[in-house]
Amino acid sequence: MLLVENLTVKFPGRWGEFTAIEDVSMRVERGEIHGLVGESGAGKSTIGAAIIGLLQPPGYVAGGTLRLGETDLRTLSPEAQHRIRGKRISMIFQDPQTSLNPLMTVESQLLETILTHEDIGVEAARARAIALLEETGIRDAATRMRAYPHQFSGGMRQRVVIALALCTNPELIVADEPTTALDVAVQSQVLDLIRAMADRRGVGIVLITHDIGVIARITDRVTVLRGGRVMEAGPTAEVLGRPQNPYTQALMAAVPRLERRLPRFLLPESDEGARVLEVKGGAVPEGASAEHAAAWLMAGARGTDAGHALEIADLGVKFAGTRTSLWKRPAPFVALDGVSLAVRAGSVMGVVGESGSGKSTLARAVVGLVQPAAGTMRFQGAPLAPARERGRHDPARRAIQMVFQDPYSSLNNRQRIGDILSEPLMIYGLEPDRAARLRLAASVLDLVGLPMAAIHRYPHQFSGGQRQRIAVARALLARPEFLICDEPTSALDVSIQAQILNLLKDLQEQFNLSILFISHNLAVVRQMADDIVVMKGGKIVESGDSEAFFTSPQHPYSQDLLRLTPSLALIAA
Amino acid sequence: MLAAFLRSDFLYLFVRRPMVVAAFAVTLAVVGGAVLAPWIAPTNPYDLASFSLIDGLKPPVWAAGGDPRFLLGTDDQGRDMVSSILYGARLSLVIGVSAMAIASVLGVGLGLAAGYFGGRLDALVMRIADIQLALPAILTALLIDGVSRGILPPSAQQDLRVFVLILAIALSLWVNFARTARASTFVERNREYVQAAIIMGQHPLRIMAVHILPNILGPLLVIMTVDLAAAILLEATLSFLGIGLPASSPSLGTLIRIGMQFLLSGEWWILWMPTAFLVALVVAINVLGDFLRDVFNPRLR
Amino acid sequence: MTYFILKRLVQSVFVMLAVAFLAFALFRFVGDPISQMTGVETAVEDRERLREELGLNDPFVVQFARFTGDLVRGDFGYSYRTRQPIGEMLLSRIPATLELGTVALLISLIVGIPAGIYTALRPRGAITQSILIATLVGVSIPTFVIGIFLIFLFGVYLGWLPTFGRGGTVQIGWWRSSLFTLDGWRALILPAITLGVYQLTLTMRLVRAEMMEVMRTDYIRFAAARGVPWRSLHYRHALGNTMIPVITIIGLQFGGVIAFSIVTESVFQWPGMGLLFLESIRFVDIPVMGVYLVVIAFFFVLINLIVDMLYLAIDPRLRVREAA
Repeated sequence: MLLVENLTVKFPGRWGEFTAIEDVSMRVERGEIHGLVGESGAGKSTIGAAIIGLLQPPGYVAGGTLRLGETDLRTLSPEAQHRIRGKRISMIFQDPQTSLNPLMTVESQLLETILTHEDIGVEAARARAIALLEETGIRDAATRMRAYPHQFSGGMRQRVVIALALCTNPELIVADEPTTALDVAVQSQVLDLIRAMADRRGVGIVLITHDIGVIARITDRVTVLRGGRVMEAGPTAEVLGRPQNPYTQALMAAVPRLERRLPRFLLPESDEGARVLEVKGGAVPEGASAEHAAAWLMAGARGTDAGHALEIADLGVKFAGTRTSLWKRPAPFVALDGVSLAVRAGSVMGVVGESGSGKSTLARAVVGLVQPAAGTMRFQGAPLAPARERGRHDPARRAIQMVFQDPYSSLNNRQRIGDILSEPLMIYGLEPDRAARLRLAASVLDLVGLPMAAIHRYPHQFSGGQRQRIAVARALLARPEFLICDEPTSALDVSIQAQILNLLKDLQEQFNLSILFISHNLAVVRQMADDIVVMKGGKIVESGDSEAFFTSPQHPYSQDLLRLTPSLALIAA
Repeated sequence: MLAAFLRSDFLYLFVRRPMVVAAFAVTLAVVGGAVLAPWIAPTNPYDLASFSLIDGLKPPVWAAGGDPRFLLGTDDQGRDMVSSILYGARLSLVIGVSAMAIASVLGVGLGLAAGYFGGRLDALVMRIADIQLALPAILTALLIDGVSRGILPPSAQQDLRVFVLILAIALSLWVNFARTARASTFVERNREYVQAAIIMGQHPLRIMAVHILPNILGPLLVIMTVDLAAAILLEATLSFLGIGLPASSPSLGTLIRIGMQFLLSGEWWILWMPTAFLVALVVAINVLGDFLRDVFNPRLR
Repeated sequence: MTYFILKRLVQSVFVMLAVAFLAFALFRFVGDPISQMTGVETAVEDRERLREELGLNDPFVVQFARFTGDLVRGDFGYSYRTRQPIGEMLLSRIPATLELGTVALLISLIVGIPAGIYTALRPRGAITQSILIATLVGVSIPTFVIGIFLIFLFGVYLGWLPTFGRGGTVQIGWWRSSLFTLDGWRALILPAITLGVYQLTLTMRLVRAEMMEVMRTDYIRFAAARGVPWRSLHYRHALGNTMIPVITIIGLQFGGVIAFSIVTESVFQWPGMGLLFLESIRFVDIPVMGVYLVVIAFFFVLINLIVDMLYLAIDPRLRVREAA
């Protein structure tokens, strides 16, 4: 039904023409869900935009065929192209929050779309709108649709978006990361809905995503993209289960497994080193090397003592609510409620939960950014001062270090890498000599797998994965004993994620670090953690040994989480 | 560093926009002329001995009756227009730049502090800004001027004129800087590199100076150019209204006020020469400001 | 929502009080009211008696309370310069300024908003480029220069329009209006254009920036993906969302127009509040300065309140509470 042949899309720009997509071919039949998967920059969204004719200017289609049924999409005039949109092809985007016009009711947006393409009268249009909303799972649609978008929750909004895309009975829908912004449970429902729509109505769906688990769950066929080219394509079970192309194979090796734990990700020789920018100019400090860094770090490492690195008892954190009424005092928002856990020295504790569960607040309370309202914390047997009482020179500030989620905002763009890395040495008084500091900085860079001359560069010259390595290096340069990793790989591509996770595993082993590893991704946590804690709504719902948990979770919420997370296990079936 | 600049977006866009290059050239010329006025002006218009009534009301050199000694003509007192304009531009620029500098230091400082510490300090600064925003810039400037007139003894007034003007203009413009700095600081403060610095226990002053300030300079630079233009305009307006610089040490605005007397009588150059100069200067600064805004906000290109 | 309204009201009152305090401080500390009102020959005892009568020896707080009370009741005191009650002076001048300001604002909106929309929707045309250049120049020319230029062109050179004063006016109650005679309009047009040009350029640039921002949003892309006709996209979806931030600025601009009228009134000798204020500065007529301050602040605060109420009416996100 949809035929794409040798499609090429280019973007003219400052440095010449950039080829976003080259020679891409794929077919989508009626009722088929076709996955387009790849890492960031692979060009998947560009293909989607090209199909529907909404390429961001100045991009243009440089060559190839785009045919929907009998219609050649490329030869259409702009008006004809616009008429097809909605009528025969529709598109849905990632963020339900920004996809709907905040000033119009859901009803008016639905009616407008229907009546643009069909002359059936307002009443008939309204009836169809109501039926559609009910079909997507919004109960009491007739009343609810008179509300405004912001009055719906995230999952509901995405259902409205799907209804809007379907209301004109298109033949093809392009779905660009439709569930990435949603919680696991909601994601599961929306994916089921998409599958049902394809089966029931015969709509063809191009599903663009970076999440291999989603691909495994609902797609029939899949095309793997890298750098704008097709690496491999075919039925999902085959491509994911028995990949032929080396890139696909490497990709699949990097995907964290939910159903079993591997000691390390089995990656092919990383070519990230080869992709590193040329770092010319700037001398490498005398005597800098990974061994130098390792020796320095070992000198500060504690022996393997028994006992707990971190103990938290009954921690509670509240945030002030926003006042909306003169009479009622606003209810505070309870972020953490009676949280207790203990991290064994030299082990990795995983903290798992969905957004809003309080896991980030937990990290911030431990590290001293947020003042707890109740409870106590102990670090290495001694009391750990809460945020407001923690002096600026408190030793805990050095011993507990944090690696953040967003590699693009965790480094000061205006500081050279060498200065960023020297800061902890300077602030904690670990090394008074400036030259020695730079030597250590370069050495740690070598330890984490980056070229030493990088100390002269600025953060914007590095990729996300490289920046995260720099962030890890910064944490190490404080000679920490405890590391908090708050979603350290959530913003990274799958293959880079695997490299970073391997790095963390290696460092933890080598220097006997205790780690609090926070993530919403169950599969990642399974690969990293020795013990695990599951959070929901600010409370701990289940805790214990990690492998025991994954083999048989006790709490119904945990069981749901495990069941609903899309994973590769579905392929084996 | 130089290599980075040569490859930067800034330079790339700059050389591709003839208007911006022209604006930059104009600004350079005007500023250069103003700064070098004591050395390159043919005469010193403040020196009462250097001009005489005999040379009064001469038209520019290309018109009938022009005198090659006075390229752009003379005013009714016999002062050379070129010299008056150069010295006038000098005063306008001195006042404009000083006012802008004070406003930016004050505004950015307060804005940074308010954005970083939040809480009561923020509330206080915002209240003051609110109140000041209830009174437009020109009003504030006029008020401060009026107040100083009432407070200072008449003898000191003449000498302190310049300082009063600078203060008045600076106090009307600081709010722009404060609000922008505060908004940017809010955003940066929540970014993880600042959080990392806070966790490290760095001193707030260090965090503000080393981490936050360098990262909010972009929008601030745009405001600096816009406000520089506004400061110059404000001073010109005040002088035009008769409340700024007097005729004995005129700025461009004063010159325009003087020139307006001759609007109906035919000595057009006394009015339009200083006017053209002023407009050229401000247009140039605004073009540069717009350009900076484009450089820092690539989406608007 | 009521809480929101109440909070804004309280804020407004606070700002007014602060401004009143400023005005009061002006009175008390700048110059001596007594020496202003009496001559050099007046005996010391008479001065003291006057001081006592006027309550100038009372404690600060009492005087401030009295001052505010007077203001609220409409008693604005007397001008040092003309000895007239300031309230009367204001009443005779306000209509001129308000009419001028309103017409100027209308001009700026009627021309500025469509220009902004046009340049946003057609970013690369020749017309757009020329409009952009024109606005750049417009923002850079001081208001008084525009005024002088217009006077020169239309008043002196072409001789079509009067160059000063209000022309024919009609008295309606205490309001003296120039809107009802052709002569009045002829006198009004040049100052209104002068005053409006700056606001026009600001409005245009703002509408353009906002609209370009809105055109880039996801919901516009989604609507385009659904095939919503371009016209509806531009004018119903995009424009609606653009106007919300634009409305605040327009509200503030009205205040700016009132303030900038000082310059325009000076150039055209337009008998409005601005000219009054200017004269009070020249003669250090403190009471008038103080009252002008309070009146202007009042206008601003009132306009801000109205704008906020408008926001409430237009943006459903503020009216109805969000879902979980």
